[in-house]
Amino acid sequence: MALDVTKTHVLHEWKYGKPMIACRYEPQGRFLFSSSEDYSLQRWNAESGEKIAWEAHDSWVRDFAFLPDGETVISAGCDDRIIFWPTAAEKPEPKVEVAAHKGWVRCVDVNGDGSLIASGGNDRLVKLWSPDGKLVKELAGHERDVYSVFFHPDGRFLLSGDLDGKVHQWEVATGKLARTFEAKDLHSYNGGQGVHYGGIRDITLSADKKTLAMTGLHKASNPLGAVNEPLNYLFDWESGKEVRKQPADGIKGIGTNIDFLSDGTELVASGGSGGGYLLFFKAGEEKHFHNLKLKDTVRGMSVHPDGLRVATTHYDGHIRISKMTEKAA
Amino acid sequence: MKARYACGSSEHLMARRQFLGTLAGGAVVGGLGALTNPAVAGQIQSNQMRVVVLYLAGGVSQLESWDPKPKTDTGGPFRAIPTSVPGVHISELLPKTATHMDKLALVRSINTKNNDHGKGSYQMQYGRSQMPGTEYPHLGAVCARALERADNPLPGHIRVPGGSRGSDAAYLGPQYASVGMNGKPPANSERAGSLTEAADKLRNDFRRQANDRFSLQRRTASTDLYTQSYEQALQLMERREVFDVTKESEADMDRYGRFDLGQHCLMARRLLENGIPFVQVQHSNYDTHNENFNFHFEQLGEFDQAFSTLVGDLHDRGMLETTLVVVMSEFGRTPKINARYGRDHWGSAWSVCLGGAKIQPGAVIGKTNENGTKVIDREVEHGDLFHTYLSAVGLDSGGAFDIGGREQPMADPSHAPITELLT
Repeated sequence: MALDVTKTHVLHEWKYGKPMIACRYEPQGRFLFSSSEDYSLQRWNAESGEKIAWEAHDSWVRDFAFLPDGETVISAGCDDRIIFWPTAAEKPEPKVEVAAHKGWVRCVDVNGDGSLIASGGNDRLVKLWSPDGKLVKELAGHERDVYSVFFHPDGRFLLSGDLDGKVHQWEVATGKLARTFEAKDLHSYNGGQGVHYGGIRDITLSADKKTLAMTGLHKASNPLGAVNEPLNYLFDWESGKEVRKQPADGIKGIGTNIDFLSDGTELVASGGSGGGYLLFFKAGEEKHFHNLKLKDTVRGMSVHPDGLRVATTHYDGHIRISKMTEKAA
Repeated sequence: MKARYACGSSEHLMARRQFLGTLAGGAVVGGLGALTNPAVAGQIQSNQMRVVVLYLAGGVSQLESWDPKPKTDTGGPFRAIPTSVPGVHISELLPKTATHMDKLALVRSINTKNNDHGKGSYQMQYGRSQMPGTEYPHLGAVCARALERADNPLPGHIRVPGGSRGSDAAYLGPQYASVGMNGKPPANSERAGSLTEAADKLRNDFRRQANDRFSLQRRTASTDLYTQSYEQALQLMERREVFDVTKESEADMDRYGRFDLGQHCLMARRLLENGIPFVQVQHSNYDTHNENFNFHFEQLGEFDQAFSTLVGDLHDRGMLETTLVVVMSEFGRTPKINARYGRDHWGSAWSVCLGGAKIQPGAVIGKTNENGTKVIDREVEHGDLFHTYLSAVGLDSGGAFDIGGREQPMADPSHAPITELLT
């Protein structure tokens, strides 16, 4: 069946039973990996929903990435570590463990040929690692926590986004900062509450490599009380200029993940005090043209390699698999 | 309202039960020779007790600070770390404070039975539950009154930050109400350039004459407040630099942190060194219903640097034996993590940190269960803590103030100090 996001519907609800955090499909599409507040990781059979779970880190896991062949999954923990696991092993045991950052490792990504792994953390650093866990480069320049990392598909550049709403573009070979995209509205400082809030929660690039997209939140009138709305920023990759902002007016939440679908649609997951949503935008428009409200707030999202299924993690202990096609008869 | 509080005369400085009687006998270890600034050392009397409160507004999470429960269903992502007291662990968000735990103590078994900001704030700062129509003095007012020294003209109850006079002294009278400071001398505290010293003295003498005459027949709390405010303003003008944190060294500003709380804690050290008996520093905000972990990472990072530096300095300067340090909030936060990675209000099982003066270093009082949802040992309330603070600075917390011939208990008589926490 062909992609038709306006017909998106929940196909499966898979119960784990503990509040879920992050998820990521394995590149071959066989498995979905997820994490939860009980400090475990789960591996779900992408078709049947059968799962195994194992205790992995000394803390929560906030992100996953895979080597290109899909046989190694990398988990980013709030216990300073990234751990490399055999994807399909009956009982996964760590292949490589790396004390990657001082404090949380918030994000991880792998470049196109699998030769480099990038991680970002609360120590405000971005680090590059070899597949055997050796430090290749340390990139300093963020002034607040690093929330997201993303390798440009051509492998020449790495992008890293921080709490300040800045996305640094690094030249991978030299480690030099090439330029910075400023998504100012994705950060705010609330003087009354004394807190910085927002951040670049996720980064992606359109399939034609012309549009850089990122998501987060704005209108944070009460950060401590979760009063805020999702916001995307789009930049023209070539010129570096801001193309447009895409608010999701009236929806209380945070854009947690963003991805481009095969027809160019931007898919954004939003979770927060207003509940959980899948939001669908056209890159040329400011407002979302469709949304699907989910049963519970969303904390993470991943699109299946088939481009038709999307998994979301939820506080209520469920994984929800939504299909972006018409329902089967 | 007719003035019914203590008039400040020598007869009224002591209540009938002589609650201050124990103060002079309080164990005070000298160590003042360790002060780096001899001029400051000279101002600090060896038997003067002081109190500094760090108030973490909104309700700091006990699980992300003093009572971590890692790897439980309520534990959250932060780990526990060892401290300088063997066997005592606190959150990894407080690595610098952890090195000072041998100078501090924890109470991990507070149950204030309240989840309301206003009520909790009153409980913890006034030592009682709020009752309609009844006013009690703030801990700072009690300390300002009970620990005041006749030879120090500065206000005894300072709030940082702040910019106005509080109305928090109840029957003790406005001279013990809090004065807000922001790390710089009070606005307009310099004598106007066009006014000579002689002319200024003349006009103040005239004001006093007029006030005295008026007070003979028409003295009220309000007129006393006006009079007190003028007199205190004059004293502030004379010693305005005491309130100017920029007089501290650049190195100290760096050590405390170039952010509000850092500079406010440095200000607190300066005020304590100048003999002010009670300083309260507020850090805002910990009311983290949303993204509790991100915000505690941010806020406690500042707190850890500023607080640990303050504790270290008080210790190094020989002041910790005479300075009670308290870290409090209006309540803790729910063990249960909500859908937005937040924690909500929780007064049923939470913690405070305190130290110095007569607090037993390294003590841990009370216990919560495995995932922190309830107190399982030595439950205490705000009233017990209030008694303990007063006892720690050598006061008989069971004593009373004589207010116009009426005895007013210093602390809630239905509670008592946590004696095992005191040396």
